[in-house]
Amino acid sequence: MEIKKTAIAGTLESSDIQLMISQADSGITIDLQSDVKKVFGDQIEAVITTTLNNMGVTAAKVKAVDKGALDCVIKARTIAAVQRAAETTDKPAWEVL
Amino acid sequence: MAENEERLRRTMMFVPGNNPAMVKDAGIYGADSIMFDLEDSVSLPEKDAARVLVYEALQTQDYGDAEMVVRVNGQDTPFYDNDVKAMVKAGIDVIRLPKAESAEMVQKLDADIAAAEKEFGREAGSTHLMAAIESAKGVLQAANIAAASDRMIGIALSAEDYTTDMKTHRYPDGRELEFARNMVLHAARAAGVAAFDTVFTNMDDTEGFYRETEYIHQLGFDGKSLVNPRQIPMVNKVYEPTEAEIKNARNVINAIQEAKLKGSGVISMNGQMVDRPVVLRAQRVMKLAKASHLVDEEGNYLEK
Repeated sequence: MEIKKTAIAGTLESSDIQLMISQADSGITIDLQSDVKKVFGDQIEAVITTTLNNMGVTAAKVKAVDKGALDCVIKARTIAAVQRAAETTDKPAWEVL
Repeated sequence: MAENEERLRRTMMFVPGNNPAMVKDAGIYGADSIMFDLEDSVSLPEKDAARVLVYEALQTQDYGDAEMVVRVNGQDTPFYDNDVKAMVKAGIDVIRLPKAESAEMVQKLDADIAAAEKEFGREAGSTHLMAAIESAKGVLQAANIAAASDRMIGIALSAEDYTTDMKTHRYPDGRELEFARNMVLHAARAAGVAAFDTVFTNMDDTEGFYRETEYIHQLGFDGKSLVNPRQIPMVNKVYEPTEAEIKNARNVINAIQEAKLKGSGVISMNGQMVDRPVVLRAQRVMKLAKASHLVDEEGNYLEK
């Protein structure tokens, strides 16, 4: 899936994570802010990366601000952000849900 | 009617679908049914995100024995189709249709669910549905709506929209809802499905909440829609049978079992005839007593 524009999903409320996805020339870079980064940083980045891979996103810049989100929330917000960035919100990617 | 086995539906708790903290914790309050909302509690730009969030939560979170319900957006919105598809794929127990006004609307949802079950390989008929009655038209069509689908598990009155449609608003005594409540209840009973009363939104008026809950319990509603988990123990308390009711119910059930062994269908207990409706009522009392932890597995009353 191609990132066509910069898009945001999620909020800065407790238990949520806010992701901003924008275009990149190649590869995936993740800039993560989280109070629990020391312990869960790798896990959070892994969930984001796996979800991006599953959606066929190969090039993207991700800025994430985590407020203690569970894996299912991280996955959900990543999917929502990618679909907004790829302008496919009306046609959900059923196979990656 | 979706199922013959009667399930307790005293409390149906509304949970805003785009709020991760509330979605994550929804299972800990002991609601009989949990209703994730994709409709009015979610703003227009967040409809897509809420749908995905609820979907992912349903895949991973443990909500215990609660019946899982999702309120999708209305059929007149561009979100309805994807809401229904996503929730069927997620394996939701019940899809709640807002603003139901005719049997055709329910039949459309039924057909859309059937198509989605086929598309995503879900067992045909495994997704149930319910309808919310929110207008004068809906109230007058309640009987047809309640009987419109084999997937139907219940109908609910939604008083905020209804009172607006009726050019009134909600009053503390609830008299403006008398007709609608009785229509919804009768339609549900005639169709053999559950009846849910509307939400009570003033959290500070505990007395009013108890008064309204006792009233709808007396009418015969299965339970109530709730917006705050604090209301769950309050509703359960109203629906809790008394010690005398439990002991009487046990006697009825024991007596009818004894009569069956002797080959008789009707008996007299303490000079009163015990027949089928009395037995059904006794069975419901025992079910409520078990859910309220007032009896042990064998049905013996537990002293408080």
